[in-house]
Amino acid sequence: MPTKVKKNHRKEERSLFALGNEAVVEGALLAGCSFFAGYPITPSTEIAEIMAERLPRLPDGVFIQMEDEIASLGAVIGASLAGRKSMTATSGPGFSLMQEHIGYASMTEVPLVIVNVMRGGPSTGLPTSPAQGDVQQARWGTHGDHPIIVLSASNVQECLDMTVRAFNLSEKYRSPVILLLDEITAHTREKIQIPNRETYEIFSRIKPSMPPEWFVPYEESMRGVPPMPALGEGYRFHVTGLTHDVNGYPTSRPEEVEKLMQRLFRKIDQFFYDIQIIEETACEDAEVVVIAYGCVARSAHLAVLQARELGTRAGLLKLKTLFPFPRPAVERFIRQCRAVIVPEMNMGQMSREVKRVNNGLSSVRTLNRIDGQIITPAEILKVLQKA
Amino acid sequence: MKPPYEIQRFELRLSGLGGQGILTLGKVLGAGLALEEGYFVAQTQSYGPEARGGASRSDLVISSQPISYPKPEQLDLLVALSQEACNQYYRHLKQGGYLLVDDSLVKQTPTNIYWGLPFTTLAKEKLGMVQAANMVLLGALAHLVPFVVPRAMKKGLETSLSPKFLESNLKAFQLGMTQAKKKYPNVQTQWTSF
Repeated sequence: MPTKVKKNHRKEERSLFALGNEAVVEGALLAGCSFFAGYPITPSTEIAEIMAERLPRLPDGVFIQMEDEIASLGAVIGASLAGRKSMTATSGPGFSLMQEHIGYASMTEVPLVIVNVMRGGPSTGLPTSPAQGDVQQARWGTHGDHPIIVLSASNVQECLDMTVRAFNLSEKYRSPVILLLDEITAHTREKIQIPNRETYEIFSRIKPSMPPEWFVPYEESMRGVPPMPALGEGYRFHVTGLTHDVNGYPTSRPEEVEKLMQRLFRKIDQFFYDIQIIEETACEDAEVVVIAYGCVARSAHLAVLQARELGTRAGLLKLKTLFPFPRPAVERFIRQCRAVIVPEMNMGQMSREVKRVNNGLSSVRTLNRIDGQIITPAEILKVLQKA
Repeated sequence: MKPPYEIQRFELRLSGLGGQGILTLGKVLGAGLALEEGYFVAQTQSYGPEARGGASRSDLVISSQPISYPKPEQLDLLVALSQEACNQYYRHLKQGGYLLVDDSLVKQTPTNIYWGLPFTTLAKEKLGMVQAANMVLLGALAHLVPFVVPRAMKKGLETSLSPKFLESNLKAFQLGMTQAKKKYPNVQTQWTSF
Protein backbone atom coordinates (compact mmCIF):
# COMPACT_ATOMS: atom_id res chain seq x y z
CA MET A 1 0.00 0.00 0.00
CA PRO A 2 1.55 3.30 -1.01
CA THR A 3 1.72 5.73 1.88
CA LYS A 4 1.79 9.41 1.24
CA VAL A 5 5.26 10.57 2.19
CA LYS A 6 5.10 14.01 3.68
CA LYS A 7 7.94 16.19 4.76
CA ASN A 8 7.60 16.12 8.49
CA HIS A 9 10.65 18.12 9.40
CA ARG A 10 9.09 21.41 10.27
CA LYS A 11 11.87 23.80 11.03
CA GLU A 12 10.18 26.73 12.71
CA GLU A 13 9.36 26.92 16.40
CA ARG A 14 5.74 26.24 17.24
CA SER A 15 3.59 25.78 20.30
CA LEU A 16 1.20 22.98 21.00
CA PHE A 17 -1.30 22.09 23.71
CA ALA A 18 -0.16 18.55 24.23
CA LEU A 19 -0.14 15.54 26.52
CA GLY A 20 3.11 14.46 28.15
CA ASN A 21 3.01 11.41 25.89
CA GLU A 22 2.61 13.59 22.80
CA ALA A 23 5.58 15.65 23.94
CA VAL A 24 7.65 12.46 24.16
CA VAL A 25 6.84 11.73 20.51
CA GLU A 26 7.68 15.30 19.48
CA GLY A 27 10.97 15.04 21.35
CA ALA A 28 11.82 11.68 19.81
CA LEU A 29 11.12 12.89 16.28
CA LEU A 30 13.11 16.04 16.97
CA ALA A 31 16.03 13.88 18.11
CA GLY A 32 15.85 11.92 14.87
CA CYS A 33 14.09 8.76 16.02
CA SER A 34 12.93 6.79 12.98
CA PHE A 35 12.04 3.42 14.48
CA PHE A 36 9.47 2.46 17.09
CA ALA A 37 8.49 -1.05 18.10
CA GLY A 38 6.14 -1.54 20.99
CA TYR A 39 3.03 -2.99 22.46
CA PRO A 40 0.36 -0.53 23.63
CA ILE A 41 -0.26 -0.36 27.36
CA THR A 42 -2.03 2.22 29.50
CA PRO A 43 -0.81 4.86 30.39
CA SER A 44 1.81 4.93 27.62
CA THR A 45 -0.54 4.05 24.74
CA GLU A 46 -0.61 7.54 23.21
CA ILE A 47 3.12 7.30 22.46
CA ALA A 48 2.59 4.18 20.32
CA GLU A 49 -0.60 5.62 18.86
CA ILE A 50 0.95 8.88 17.70
CA MET A 51 4.14 7.16 16.56
CA ALA A 52 2.00 4.86 14.40
CA GLU A 53 0.57 7.94 12.77
CA ARG A 54 3.71 10.03 12.44
CA LEU A 55 6.51 7.58 11.62
CA PRO A 56 5.10 6.15 8.36
CA ARG A 57 4.92 9.72 7.05
CA LEU A 58 8.67 10.12 7.40
CA PRO A 59 10.73 9.09 4.39
CA ASP A 60 12.41 6.29 6.36
CA GLY A 61 10.17 5.92 9.41
CA VAL A 62 9.15 2.47 10.65
CA PHE A 63 6.51 1.60 13.24
CA ILE A 64 5.90 -1.99 14.26
CA GLN A 65 3.40 -3.25 16.77
CA MET A 66 5.06 -6.35 18.18
CA GLU A 67 3.50 -9.40 19.81
CA ASP A 68 4.80 -8.47 23.25
CA GLU A 69 7.31 -6.31 25.07
CA ILE A 70 10.17 -8.83 24.93
CA ALA A 71 9.99 -8.82 21.15
CA SER A 72 9.51 -5.04 21.12
CA LEU A 73 12.83 -4.35 22.73
CA GLY A 74 14.44 -7.05 20.59
CA ALA A 75 13.27 -5.25 17.46
CA VAL A 76 14.49 -1.94 18.83
CA ILE A 77 17.96 -3.38 19.47
CA GLY A 78 18.06 -4.76 15.93
CA ALA A 79 17.01 -1.46 14.40
CA SER A 80 19.58 0.43 16.43
CA LEU A 81 22.34 -1.94 15.28
CA ALA A 82 21.20 -1.21 11.73
CA GLY A 83 21.87 2.47 12.37
CA ARG A 84 18.46 3.83 13.38
CA LYS A 85 17.73 5.91 16.42
CA SER A 86 15.14 3.65 18.02
CA MET A 87 12.80 3.62 20.96
CA THR A 88 9.95 1.85 22.66
CA ALA A 89 7.41 2.88 25.29
CA THR A 90 5.69 0.82 27.93
CA SER A 91 4.41 0.68 31.49
CA GLY A 92 5.12 -1.51 34.51
CA PRO A 93 4.03 -4.98 33.28
CA GLY A 94 5.72 -4.47 29.91
CA PHE A 95 8.82 -3.06 31.54
CA SER A 96 9.21 -6.26 33.54
CA LEU A 97 9.20 -8.24 30.30
CA MET A 98 11.85 -5.97 28.80
CA GLN A 99 14.40 -6.54 31.54
CA GLU A 100 16.27 -9.35 29.79
CA HIS A 101 16.86 -7.28 26.67
CA ILE A 102 17.92 -4.25 28.68
CA GLY A 103 20.84 -6.34 29.86
CA TYR A 104 21.56 -7.44 26.31
CA ALA A 105 21.56 -3.83 25.08
CA SER A 106 23.79 -2.87 27.97
CA MET A 107 26.30 -5.64 27.25
CA THR A 108 26.33 -5.09 23.48
CA GLU A 109 26.37 -1.28 23.94
CA VAL A 110 23.36 -0.57 21.78
CA PRO A 111 21.95 2.95 22.05
CA LEU A 112 18.19 3.01 22.54
CA VAL A 113 15.52 4.76 24.57
CA ILE A 114 12.86 3.08 26.69
CA VAL A 115 10.03 5.23 28.04
CA ASN A 116 8.35 3.70 31.06
CA VAL A 117 5.19 5.50 32.14
CA MET A 118 4.82 4.23 35.68
CA ARG A 119 1.44 3.08 36.92
CA GLY A 120 0.32 1.46 40.13
CA GLY A 121 1.78 -2.01 40.67
CA PRO A 122 2.81 -4.75 41.30
CA SER A 123 1.42 -6.82 38.43
CA THR A 124 -1.55 -5.32 36.55
CA GLY A 125 -2.12 -3.05 39.55
CA LEU A 126 -3.79 0.27 38.87
CA PRO A 127 -3.65 0.83 35.09
CA THR A 128 -4.98 4.38 35.13
CA SER A 129 -3.32 5.66 38.31
CA PRO A 130 0.14 7.10 38.87
CA ALA A 131 2.97 5.59 40.92
CA GLN A 132 6.75 5.71 41.10
CA GLY A 133 7.36 2.09 41.92
CA ASP A 134 9.75 1.20 39.09
CA VAL A 135 12.67 3.40 40.11
CA GLN A 136 14.93 0.70 41.50
CA GLN A 137 13.75 -1.75 38.85
CA ALA A 138 14.95 0.67 36.19
CA ARG A 139 18.35 0.68 37.88
CA TRP A 140 18.69 -2.97 38.83
CA GLY A 141 15.93 -4.81 36.95
CA THR A 142 18.16 -6.70 34.59
CA HIS A 143 20.58 -9.20 36.02
CA GLY A 144 24.29 -8.75 36.28
CA ASP A 145 26.32 -5.73 37.27
CA HIS A 146 25.66 -3.07 34.69
CA PRO A 147 25.73 0.70 34.33
CA ILE A 148 22.58 2.40 33.10
CA ILE A 149 21.19 5.89 32.66
CA VAL A 150 17.75 6.62 34.09
CA LEU A 151 16.07 9.99 33.55
CA SER A 152 12.75 11.43 34.65
CA ALA A 153 10.50 14.36 33.77
CA SER A 154 7.89 16.23 35.74
CA ASN A 155 6.02 18.43 33.27
CA VAL A 156 5.06 18.33 29.64
CA GLN A 157 7.83 20.57 28.32
CA GLU A 158 10.33 18.45 30.25
CA CYS A 159 8.91 15.31 28.61
CA LEU A 160 10.05 16.73 25.29
CA ASP A 161 13.40 18.00 26.55
CA MET A 162 14.27 14.85 28.46
CA THR A 163 13.35 12.61 25.53
CA VAL A 164 15.83 14.51 23.39
CA ARG A 165 18.38 14.30 26.22
CA ALA A 166 17.71 10.56 26.51
CA PHE A 167 18.47 10.07 22.82
CA ASN A 168 21.54 12.29 23.03
CA LEU A 169 22.95 10.42 26.03
CA SER A 170 22.22 6.99 24.56
CA GLU A 171 23.96 7.92 21.31
CA LYS A 172 26.87 9.58 23.07
CA TYR A 173 27.60 6.72 25.45
CA ARG A 174 26.21 3.75 23.49
CA SER A 175 23.97 2.84 26.37
CA PRO A 176 20.28 2.08 26.84
CA VAL A 177 18.58 5.06 28.49
CA ILE A 178 15.36 4.70 30.46
CA LEU A 179 13.01 7.66 30.76
CA LEU A 180 10.71 7.22 33.75
CA LEU A 181 7.44 9.12 33.56
CA ASP A 182 4.33 8.66 35.61
CA GLU A 183 0.66 8.62 34.72
CA ILE A 184 0.14 12.24 35.81
CA THR A 185 3.04 13.64 33.81
CA ALA A 186 2.11 11.56 30.77
CA HIS A 187 -1.58 12.50 30.91
CA THR A 188 -1.28 16.19 31.69
CA ARG A 189 -1.91 18.59 28.85
CA GLU A 190 0.05 21.82 28.80
CA LYS A 191 1.31 24.28 26.28
CA ILE A 192 4.76 23.37 25.01
CA GLN A 193 7.25 25.01 22.71
CA ILE A 194 8.66 22.74 20.05
CA PRO A 195 12.14 24.11 19.52
CA ASN A 196 13.78 24.82 16.23
CA ARG A 197 15.65 21.78 14.89
CA GLU A 198 18.55 23.89 13.75
CA THR A 199 19.35 25.41 17.12
CA TYR A 200 18.63 22.44 19.42
CA GLU A 201 21.54 20.17 20.22
CA ILE A 202 21.05 16.74 18.70
CA PHE A 203 23.80 14.17 19.11
CA SER A 204 24.27 11.16 16.84
CA ARG A 205 26.52 8.15 17.39
CA ILE A 206 30.09 8.42 16.19
CA LYS A 207 30.86 6.14 13.27
CA PRO A 208 34.27 4.65 12.55
CA SER A 209 36.46 6.68 10.22
CA MET A 210 39.22 4.11 9.60
CA PRO A 211 39.21 1.72 6.65
CA PRO A 212 37.00 -1.32 7.38
CA GLU A 213 39.94 -3.74 7.57
CA TRP A 214 41.49 -1.75 10.44
CA PHE A 215 38.26 -1.62 12.43
CA VAL A 216 38.30 -3.16 15.91
CA PRO A 217 34.67 -3.13 17.11
CA TYR A 218 35.20 -2.79 20.87
CA GLU A 219 38.60 -1.16 20.97
CA GLU A 220 39.75 0.37 24.24
CA SER A 221 40.02 4.16 24.10
CA MET A 222 40.17 7.20 26.37
CA ARG A 223 36.47 7.90 25.95
CA GLY A 224 35.60 4.26 26.49
CA VAL A 225 32.88 4.51 23.85
CA PRO A 226 33.85 2.67 20.66
CA PRO A 227 32.66 4.10 17.34
CA MET A 228 29.59 2.28 16.05
CA PRO A 229 29.03 1.45 12.39
CA ALA A 230 25.61 0.40 11.14
CA LEU A 231 25.24 -3.17 9.95
CA GLY A 232 25.75 -3.27 6.20
CA GLU A 233 28.06 -0.30 5.97
CA GLY A 234 31.09 -2.47 5.22
CA TYR A 235 32.44 -2.77 8.74
CA ARG A 236 32.35 -6.32 10.11
CA PHE A 237 31.39 -6.83 13.71
CA HIS A 238 29.96 -9.58 15.86
CA VAL A 239 27.27 -8.93 18.45
CA THR A 240 26.90 -11.21 21.45
CA GLY A 241 25.52 -11.06 24.95
CA LEU A 242 28.44 -13.19 26.12
CA THR A 243 31.39 -11.29 27.53
CA HIS A 244 33.49 -10.51 24.49
CA ASP A 245 36.97 -9.37 23.54
CA VAL A 246 37.80 -6.24 21.57
CA ASN A 247 36.80 -8.02 18.37
CA GLY A 248 33.37 -8.90 19.71
CA TYR A 249 33.94 -12.63 20.04
CA PRO A 250 33.07 -14.54 23.22
CA THR A 251 35.83 -14.80 25.78
CA SER A 252 36.15 -15.89 29.37
CA ARG A 253 39.77 -14.91 29.88
CA PRO A 254 39.73 -12.92 33.13
CA GLU A 255 41.95 -10.09 31.86
CA GLU A 256 39.68 -9.53 28.83
CA VAL A 257 36.48 -9.87 30.83
CA GLU A 258 37.67 -7.38 33.40
CA LYS A 259 38.73 -4.90 30.71
CA LEU A 260 35.30 -5.05 29.11
CA MET A 261 33.39 -4.67 32.36
CA GLN A 262 35.61 -1.86 33.60
CA ARG A 263 35.16 0.00 30.34
CA LEU A 264 31.36 -0.40 30.45
CA PHE A 265 31.30 1.23 33.88
CA ARG A 266 33.98 3.78 33.11
CA LYS A 267 32.24 5.20 30.06
CA ILE A 268 29.31 6.28 32.23
CA ASP A 269 31.26 7.15 35.40
CA GLN A 270 33.83 9.43 33.84
CA PHE A 271 31.16 11.56 32.16
CA PHE A 272 29.06 11.77 35.30
CA TYR A 273 28.78 15.57 35.20
CA ASP A 274 27.50 15.48 31.64
CA ILE A 275 24.79 13.03 32.64
CA GLN A 276 23.75 14.61 35.94
CA ILE A 277 20.76 16.88 35.30
CA ILE A 278 19.21 18.63 38.29
CA GLU A 279 17.15 21.72 38.90
CA GLU A 280 17.26 23.85 42.04
CA THR A 281 14.54 26.16 43.33
CA ALA A 282 15.12 28.54 46.24
CA CYS A 283 18.07 26.49 47.46
CA GLU A 284 20.74 29.15 48.18
CA ASP A 285 19.81 29.78 51.81
CA ALA A 286 17.63 26.73 52.40
CA GLU A 287 17.59 24.96 55.76
CA VAL A 288 15.23 22.22 54.63
CA VAL A 289 15.40 20.82 51.13
CA VAL A 290 12.84 18.64 49.41
CA ILE A 291 14.38 16.15 47.00
CA ALA A 292 11.77 15.08 44.47
CA TYR A 293 11.33 13.83 40.93
CA GLY A 294 8.47 13.25 38.49
CA CYS A 295 5.01 14.62 39.22
CA VAL A 296 5.74 14.86 42.96
CA ALA A 297 8.32 17.56 42.19
CA ARG A 298 5.44 19.77 41.09
CA SER A 299 3.63 19.33 44.40
CA ALA A 300 6.93 19.96 46.18
CA HIS A 301 7.46 23.17 44.20
CA LEU A 302 4.19 24.62 45.42
CA ALA A 303 4.80 23.37 48.97
CA VAL A 304 8.24 25.02 49.05
CA LEU A 305 6.84 28.36 47.91
CA GLN A 306 4.07 28.12 50.52
CA ALA A 307 6.58 27.23 53.23
CA ARG A 308 8.71 30.28 52.30
CA GLU A 309 5.65 32.49 52.73
CA LEU A 310 5.12 30.98 56.16
CA GLY A 311 8.70 31.64 57.16
CA THR A 312 10.41 28.26 56.70
CA ARG A 313 13.56 28.52 54.61
CA ALA A 314 12.72 25.68 52.24
CA GLY A 315 14.19 24.67 48.91
CA LEU A 316 13.60 22.13 46.16
CA LEU A 317 16.10 19.90 44.44
CA LYS A 318 14.47 18.31 41.43
CA LEU A 319 16.24 15.24 40.12
CA LYS A 320 15.98 14.80 36.38
CA THR A 321 18.73 12.20 36.31
CA LEU A 322 17.89 9.41 38.74
CA PHE A 323 20.79 7.08 37.86
CA PRO A 324 23.72 7.39 38.00
CA PHE A 325 22.54 8.88 41.28
CA PRO A 326 23.37 12.63 41.47
CA ARG A 327 25.42 12.13 44.59
CA PRO A 328 27.44 15.41 44.57
CA ALA A 329 24.33 17.57 44.32
CA VAL A 330 22.52 15.69 47.06
CA GLU A 331 25.59 15.65 49.29
CA ARG A 332 25.88 19.43 49.06
CA PHE A 333 22.40 19.89 50.53
CA ILE A 334 22.89 17.24 53.14
CA ARG A 335 25.84 19.28 54.45
CA GLN A 336 23.93 22.55 54.20
CA CYS A 337 20.53 21.59 55.63
CA ARG A 338 19.23 20.40 58.94
CA ALA A 339 16.88 18.03 57.14
CA VAL A 340 16.07 16.74 53.67
CA ILE A 341 12.64 15.43 52.75
CA VAL A 342 12.10 12.81 50.08
CA PRO A 343 8.46 12.54 49.05
CA GLU A 344 7.70 9.78 46.55
CA MET A 345 4.89 7.57 45.39
CA ASN A 346 6.47 4.33 46.54
CA MET A 347 7.68 2.96 49.85
CA GLY A 348 11.02 4.76 49.67
CA GLN A 349 13.08 3.79 46.62
CA MET A 350 14.89 7.08 46.11
CA SER A 351 15.05 7.93 49.81
CA ARG A 352 17.09 4.72 50.12
CA GLU A 353 19.72 6.32 47.87
CA VAL A 354 19.56 9.61 49.73
CA LYS A 355 20.00 7.81 53.07
CA ARG A 356 22.97 5.92 51.65
CA VAL A 357 24.62 9.20 50.64
CA ASN A 358 23.54 10.90 53.85
CA ASN A 359 25.52 8.49 55.94
CA GLY A 360 24.25 9.99 59.19
CA LEU A 361 25.18 13.61 58.37
CA SER A 362 21.70 15.08 58.31
CA SER A 363 18.18 13.95 58.95
CA VAL A 364 16.33 12.29 56.05
CA ARG A 365 12.53 12.37 56.25
CA THR A 366 10.45 10.27 53.94
CA LEU A 367 6.90 10.83 52.77
CA ASN A 368 5.37 7.89 50.99
CA ARG A 369 2.06 7.33 49.32
CA ILE A 370 1.03 4.16 47.52
CA ASP A 371 -2.72 4.54 47.02
CA GLY A 372 -2.54 5.66 43.38
CA GLN A 373 -2.96 9.33 44.27
CA ILE A 374 -0.42 12.11 43.89
CA ILE A 375 1.21 13.49 47.05
CA THR A 376 -0.41 16.88 47.61
CA PRO A 377 1.45 20.12 48.39
CA ALA A 378 -0.38 20.25 51.73
CA GLU A 379 1.12 16.90 52.79
CA ILE A 380 4.64 18.02 51.91
CA LEU A 381 4.10 21.38 53.61
CA LYS A 382 3.13 19.61 56.81
CA VAL A 383 6.37 17.61 56.85
CA LEU A 384 8.36 20.71 55.86
CA GLN A 385 7.10 22.68 58.82
CA LYS A 386 7.83 19.88 61.24
CA ALA A 387 11.33 19.19 59.91
CA MET B 1 0.86 37.21 24.14
CA LYS B 2 -0.66 38.70 27.27
CA PRO B 3 -3.94 37.27 28.50
CA PRO B 4 -6.73 39.83 28.83
CA TYR B 5 -7.62 38.89 32.41
CA GLU B 6 -5.30 38.38 35.33
CA ILE B 7 -6.09 35.00 36.90
CA GLN B 8 -4.38 33.85 40.08
CA ARG B 9 -5.29 30.19 39.98
CA PHE B 10 -8.64 29.16 38.61
CA GLU B 11 -9.59 25.54 39.15
CA LEU B 12 -12.25 23.94 37.00
CA ARG B 13 -13.51 20.38 37.01
CA LEU B 14 -15.52 18.79 34.22
CA SER B 15 -17.07 15.59 35.51
CA GLY B 16 -19.53 12.97 34.41
CA LEU B 17 -19.55 9.56 32.80
CA GLY B 18 -17.20 7.98 30.26
CA GLY B 19 -18.55 8.59 26.75
CA GLN B 20 -19.99 12.05 27.44
CA GLY B 21 -17.03 13.69 25.75
CA ILE B 22 -15.56 15.17 28.90
CA LEU B 23 -11.92 14.54 27.98
CA THR B 24 -12.43 16.03 24.50
CA LEU B 25 -14.10 19.06 26.04
CA GLY B 26 -11.19 19.54 28.43
CA LYS B 27 -8.77 19.34 25.53
CA VAL B 28 -10.64 21.90 23.40
CA LEU B 29 -11.16 24.27 26.31
CA GLY B 30 -7.52 24.00 27.37
CA ALA B 31 -6.20 24.43 23.84
CA GLY B 32 -8.32 27.55 23.35
CA LEU B 33 -7.21 29.11 26.63
CA ALA B 34 -3.53 28.17 26.29
CA LEU B 35 -2.86 28.71 22.62
CA GLU B 36 -5.31 31.49 21.73
CA GLU B 37 -5.54 33.43 24.98
CA GLY B 38 -2.04 32.83 26.31
CA TYR B 39 -2.92 31.52 29.75
CA PHE B 40 -0.95 28.84 31.53
CA VAL B 41 -3.19 25.78 31.56
CA ALA B 42 -2.62 22.36 33.08
CA GLN B 43 -5.26 19.83 32.14
CA THR B 44 -5.22 16.50 33.91
CA GLN B 45 -7.65 13.67 33.66
CA SER B 46 -8.90 10.73 35.59
CA TYR B 47 -10.93 7.87 34.31
CA GLY B 48 -11.64 4.27 35.11
CA PRO B 49 -10.46 1.30 33.06
CA GLU B 50 -13.89 1.12 31.32
CA ALA B 51 -14.42 2.66 27.87
CA ARG B 52 -17.97 3.80 28.58
CA GLY B 53 -20.02 4.29 31.68
CA GLY B 54 -17.31 4.61 34.33
CA ALA B 55 -16.68 7.86 36.16
CA SER B 56 -14.72 10.32 34.07
CA ARG B 57 -13.32 13.72 34.84
CA SER B 58 -11.08 16.33 33.39
CA ASP B 59 -9.48 18.99 35.58
CA LEU B 60 -8.13 22.31 34.41
CA VAL B 61 -5.98 24.72 36.34
CA ILE B 62 -5.83 28.09 34.60
CA SER B 63 -3.49 30.87 35.63
CA SER B 64 -1.60 33.92 34.38
CA GLN B 65 1.49 32.56 36.12
CA PRO B 66 3.29 29.27 35.51
CA ILE B 67 1.53 26.40 37.26
CA SER B 68 3.43 24.17 39.65
CA TYR B 69 0.91 21.74 41.11
CA PRO B 70 -1.21 20.55 38.18
CA LYS B 71 -4.18 19.14 40.11
CA PRO B 72 -7.00 21.25 41.56
CA GLU B 73 -7.27 21.56 45.32
CA GLN B 74 -10.34 23.75 45.75
CA LEU B 75 -12.60 24.18 42.77
CA ASP B 76 -13.79 27.55 41.52
CA LEU B 77 -16.17 25.96 39.07
CA LEU B 78 -17.56 22.45 39.01
CA VAL B 79 -19.34 21.15 35.94
CA ALA B 80 -21.31 17.99 36.65
CA LEU B 81 -22.93 15.95 33.90
CA SER B 82 -24.15 13.16 36.17
CA GLN B 83 -25.82 12.94 39.54
CA GLU B 84 -23.02 10.80 40.87
CA ALA B 85 -20.34 13.28 39.84
CA CYS B 86 -22.30 16.13 41.37
CA ASN B 87 -22.66 14.29 44.67
CA GLN B 88 -19.04 13.20 44.74
CA TYR B 89 -17.27 16.42 43.80
CA TYR B 90 -19.53 19.06 45.32
CA ARG B 91 -17.49 18.93 48.50
CA HIS B 92 -14.34 19.91 46.56
CA LEU B 93 -15.95 23.21 45.59
CA LYS B 94 -14.45 26.17 47.42
CA GLN B 95 -16.59 28.52 49.47
CA GLY B 96 -18.44 30.65 46.95
CA GLY B 97 -17.46 28.47 44.00
CA TYR B 98 -19.97 27.92 41.22
CA LEU B 99 -21.75 24.77 40.18
CA LEU B 100 -22.93 24.16 36.62
CA VAL B 101 -25.04 21.07 35.98
CA ASP B 102 -26.86 19.39 33.15
CA ASP B 103 -30.29 19.67 34.72
CA SER B 104 -31.73 17.01 32.47
CA LEU B 105 -29.40 14.51 34.17
CA VAL B 106 -28.72 15.99 37.60
CA LYS B 107 -32.11 16.05 39.29
CA GLN B 108 -30.97 16.87 42.75
CA THR B 109 -28.45 19.63 43.43
CA PRO B 110 -26.93 20.09 46.88
CA THR B 111 -27.47 23.86 46.77
CA ASN B 112 -30.00 26.26 45.33
CA ILE B 113 -27.27 28.49 43.90
CA TYR B 114 -26.26 26.87 40.63
CA TRP B 115 -26.42 27.21 36.92
CA GLY B 116 -28.46 24.56 35.17
CA LEU B 117 -29.00 23.90 31.48
CA PRO B 118 -30.25 20.70 29.83
CA PHE B 119 -27.20 20.13 27.59
CA THR B 120 -27.98 16.52 26.73
CA THR B 121 -31.65 17.17 25.97
CA LEU B 122 -30.75 20.20 23.89
CA ALA B 123 -28.23 18.23 21.88
CA LYS B 124 -30.70 15.40 21.35
CA GLU B 125 -33.74 17.50 20.44
CA LYS B 126 -32.30 20.50 18.64
CA LEU B 127 -29.35 18.86 16.92
CA GLY B 128 -30.37 15.21 16.84
CA MET B 129 -26.96 14.26 18.19
CA VAL B 130 -26.59 13.35 21.81
CA GLN B 131 -22.78 13.27 21.41
CA ALA B 132 -22.76 17.04 20.82
CA ALA B 133 -23.76 17.75 24.42
CA ASN B 134 -20.17 18.56 25.37
CA MET B 135 -19.95 21.29 22.77
CA VAL B 136 -23.30 22.74 23.87
CA LEU B 137 -21.71 22.87 27.31
CA LEU B 138 -18.64 24.62 25.90
CA GLY B 139 -20.93 27.23 24.33
CA ALA B 140 -22.58 27.81 27.70
CA LEU B 141 -19.18 28.16 29.39
CA ALA B 142 -18.18 30.73 26.78
CA HIS B 143 -21.12 32.82 27.91
CA LEU B 144 -20.95 32.19 31.66
CA VAL B 145 -17.21 32.39 32.34
CA PRO B 146 -15.76 35.82 31.51
CA PHE B 147 -12.29 34.67 30.41
CA VAL B 148 -13.61 31.89 28.17
CA VAL B 149 -13.86 33.96 24.99
CA PRO B 150 -16.10 32.57 22.22
CA ARG B 151 -13.66 33.52 19.47
CA ALA B 152 -10.79 31.66 21.16
CA MET B 153 -12.95 28.59 21.74
CA LYS B 154 -13.98 28.46 18.09
CA LYS B 155 -10.31 28.69 17.16
CA GLY B 156 -9.61 25.90 19.66
CA LEU B 157 -12.29 23.76 18.01
CA GLU B 158 -10.69 24.32 14.63
CA THR B 159 -7.24 23.27 15.82
CA SER B 160 -8.27 20.21 17.82
CA LEU B 161 -11.09 18.71 15.74
CA SER B 162 -10.99 17.26 12.26
CA PRO B 163 -12.74 19.45 9.63
CA LYS B 164 -15.32 16.71 9.07
CA PHE B 165 -16.93 17.35 12.45
CA LEU B 166 -16.23 21.04 12.71
CA GLU B 167 -19.51 22.35 11.34
CA SER B 168 -21.78 20.29 13.58
CA ASN B 169 -19.65 21.12 16.60
CA LEU B 170 -19.73 24.83 15.88
CA LYS B 171 -23.53 24.57 15.59
CA ALA B 172 -23.69 22.90 18.99
CA PHE B 173 -21.36 25.55 20.42
CA GLN B 174 -23.61 28.33 19.09
CA LEU B 175 -26.69 26.61 20.50
CA GLY B 176 -25.13 26.40 23.95
CA MET B 177 -24.20 30.05 23.86
CA THR B 178 -27.67 31.29 22.85
CA GLN B 179 -29.42 29.06 25.38
CA ALA B 180 -27.15 30.23 28.19
CA LYS B 181 -27.66 33.84 27.14
CA LYS B 182 -31.43 33.33 27.18
CA LYS B 183 -31.52 31.79 30.63
CA TYR B 184 -28.78 33.85 32.28
CA PRO B 185 -28.72 37.24 30.52
CA ASN B 186 -26.74 39.01 33.21
CA VAL B 187 -23.32 37.52 33.86
CA GLN B 188 -20.30 38.97 35.55
CA THR B 189 -17.55 40.50 33.43
CA GLN B 190 -14.86 39.65 35.99
CA TRP B 191 -14.96 36.34 37.82
CA THR B 192 -15.84 36.67 41.49
CA SER B 193 -17.19 34.11 43.89
CA PHE B 194 -20.78 34.70 44.90
